Amino acid sequence: MTTATSQAEVEQPASFAFTADNLKRAKEIIARYPEARQQSAVMPLLDLAQRQNGNWLPRAAMDHVAELLEMPRIRVYEVASFYTMYNKTPVAKHFVQVCRTTPCWLCGSDEITRAIKDATGAGVGETSGDFTVVEVECLGACVNAPMVQVNDDYYEDLDYDRTVALMDALKNGERPAIGSQTGRRGSEAASGPTTMLKARPRPETDGGTKKDKG
Amino acid sequence: MLRDEDRIFTNLYGWYGADLEASRQRGIWDNTKALVALGRDEVVEQVKISGLRGRGGAGFPTGLKWSFMPKQSKDGRPSYLVINADESEPGTCKDREILRYDPHRLLEGALLSGVGMGASACYIYIRGEFYNEGSAVQVAIDEAYDAGLLGKNACGSGYDYDVYLHRGAGAYICGEETALLESLEGKKGQPRNKPPFPAMAGLYGCPTTVNNVETIAVVPEILRRGGEWFGALGRPKNCGTKLFCISGHVTQPCNVEEELGIPLKELIDRHAGGVRGGWDNLLGVIPGGSSVPVIPKDICDTVLMDFDSLRDVKTALGTAGVIVMDRSTDIVEAIVRLAHFYMHESCGQCTPCREGTGWMWRVLRRMGKGQATVEEIDTLYEVTKEIEGHTICALGDAAAWPVQGLIRHFRPELERRIQAYRREAQARAA
Repeated sequence: MTTATSQAEVEQPASFAFTADNLKRAKEIIARYPEARQQSAVMPLLDLAQRQNGNWLPRAAMDHVAELLEMPRIRVYEVASFYTMYNKTPVAKHFVQVCRTTPCWLCGSDEITRAIKDATGAGVGETSGDFTVVEVECLGACVNAPMVQVNDDYYEDLDYDRTVALMDALKNGERPAIGSQTGRRGSEAASGPTTMLKARPRPETDGGTKKDKG
Repeated sequence: MLRDEDRIFTNLYGWYGADLEASRQRGIWDNTKALVALGRDEVVEQVKISGLRGRGGAGFPTGLKWSFMPKQSKDGRPSYLVINADESEPGTCKDREILRYDPHRLLEGALLSGVGMGASACYIYIRGEFYNEGSAVQVAIDEAYDAGLLGKNACGSGYDYDVYLHRGAGAYICGEETALLESLEGKKGQPRNKPPFPAMAGLYGCPTTVNNVETIAVVPEILRRGGEWFGALGRPKNCGTKLFCISGHVTQPCNVEEELGIPLKELIDRHAGGVRGGWDNLLGVIPGGSSVPVIPKDICDTVLMDFDSLRDVKTALGTAGVIVMDRSTDIVEAIVRLAHFYMHESCGQCTPCREGTGWMWRVLRRMGKGQATVEEIDTLYEVTKEIEGHTICALGDAAAWPVQGLIRHFRPELERRIQAYRREAQARAA
C-alpha cells in the first residue's frame, strides 16, 4: 500500500506522442473550434493524452499538447493543474472516486469509504493493488446516493455490502452493470414511478449503455 | 399534481430509447422546420409569453435574456449559444437525465433557441465526470447531423446551425457562465468581470448566451404548444413545469417533473415516499441545491416550491435540488461538508472567497465540536456578510448563504454544543 505521491516524486517519462489514431482524433476535436481558436481543444486533448497514458498525465504529454496547439507550455500546465480530473500522478487500474458531499453523506457515504477500505485495503488517498481511492465532491447523482465513480462509470444506490460486492467483482476482472446497484432503472422512486403510470416501462434494466464516443 | 399530458420530460426515467427513432416517437423533431420558420421575433415572443425563467439557479426570464443579443452582426462576428451542462451543484441531478435519456430534446431546443437569439452555432459544455452522458449526447449529435436536422440547412429550414460537445474536466466553478466561457476557450475556469456581459462579448469575444440544459430542453414544447400553455402551469411569474431532485432522508429519493408552486410537503409526500420516519421527523430542507440557505420544519410545513415563495422565506429555488434532513442529522456537519465543498471549488481569484471559504470551514468545523465561544457565532455571521457580494462571481455568495442559514435557524444548536463542550472541559479540569 502506498499513499499519494507528490508530483515531484513521480518518475516522468522522457517523451510522449499521440498514437496515429489519437492524432487523427485530436485533429477532429480541434476542428470543432473556429480557426485560430485551437486552444479551446486543450482540455479534450489532455483528456485524450491521459487515456492513452494509463489514466495519468505526465509532463511530456502536457508539452506534446502545447506543441500541437501552439500554446506556451505554462498555459497548458495551468489548465492541467486547475481541473481535478487530470491525474498528475499515476493511479491504479481502478480509480475509485467516492462522493463525500452532503447528499451522499446523508445517505451513508462514510460507510462506502469503509467498505472500500475493507474490500481493497486502500483508504482515502491510497493505492493498494489495482485500486486507487480518493474522496471527491458532488458527482451529480444525488437521488441515487450514495455512489462512487470507477474510471468513467457511476455505481449508485450503494450500501456497505453492495460496495464490497462491487469491489470484489472488479477484483475478479468483471465489469459490473453500471448505474444503480439495486436494480433501479434510473432516478424514479425505488418502488416504482409516481408519474406517467399509464406508460409502460421497458423491461430491461441496462443502467445506461456504454458508448465510447466523443 | 401536474397532469401527464402536460409533462415535457416523458423519458425522464429512461424507459425508452435515447436514439433518434425513439425520440421521434416522443414527438421530438416533429416538423421542426415550421418552428424554425416562426422566425426570431416570434420565438422570443412565445418564450416571453411562457414566462420561462432560467432553470440553472438564478431564475432570470429567458426570453428577456435572449432579447439582449444583437439583432444583427455589425462587424461579421457570429453569435453563440452555449448550453451549461456542467451540472455540479450538490443536490442536483436533473440535467443528467436529459443528457443521457433525452438528448434529442436538448438538441432540438438548441436549434430553436439558436433561432431565437440569432446564433450560428452552439457548444454544449458538459461536466467531465458525465462521461457516459456525454457519449449519449455525441451519439445524438451525430444522428441529428446524419438526418439533416443539424448543420447546413438544418431540418430543411434554410438555417445553418452547428452543435458541438465540449467536455469539462472537474471544476464546479465552470458552472458560472463566464468561467465556463474561459474554460471553453482553453483556459483556467476563472470568472470574468462584468461588464461586458456575454451578450455583448462572450465566447471568443462574440455575442453569447449561456443557458441551462433544462431551460433549453423545454423550448421546443413551448413553441409547439404555445407560450400560453406553459404560462398557465404553475403560479403567476413562476410558470411552467420543473424538474425536482429529492435527495437525502426520504424513503424514496427520486427526480420528478412537477408544476412550479407545488407545496414542498406535497412534493416530498407524493413523490419521494415522505420523510424517513414521517413528516414530524423532519429537521430541515435545503430546497434548491447546496447554495441556498436551509429552512427548518415549520417553514417546510407550508412553503411553496417556486422562485418567489422561497425568496420570501429567505432561501431560493436555485436548481430545485431538494436535500431533506431528518432529526437524526448532525446539521452542523451537513453544513460543514458544504463549506468544505466551496473551499475546494473556489477558483482562488478573489481574496474574500479564496480565504473566506477556508476560514468558514475551519471555524464551523471547530464550532461543530463546541470548541468555540458564543461570540464567535456572531463573528462568523459577520464574515459571511463580508464575503457575500464582494467577489467577481456568485460563488462567494453561494458559500456564505448555507452558513447564514445555519446560524439563522439553528443557532441554539451551535450554542448548545459550545456550552456542552465548556461543561465537559470544566468537569475534566475539576
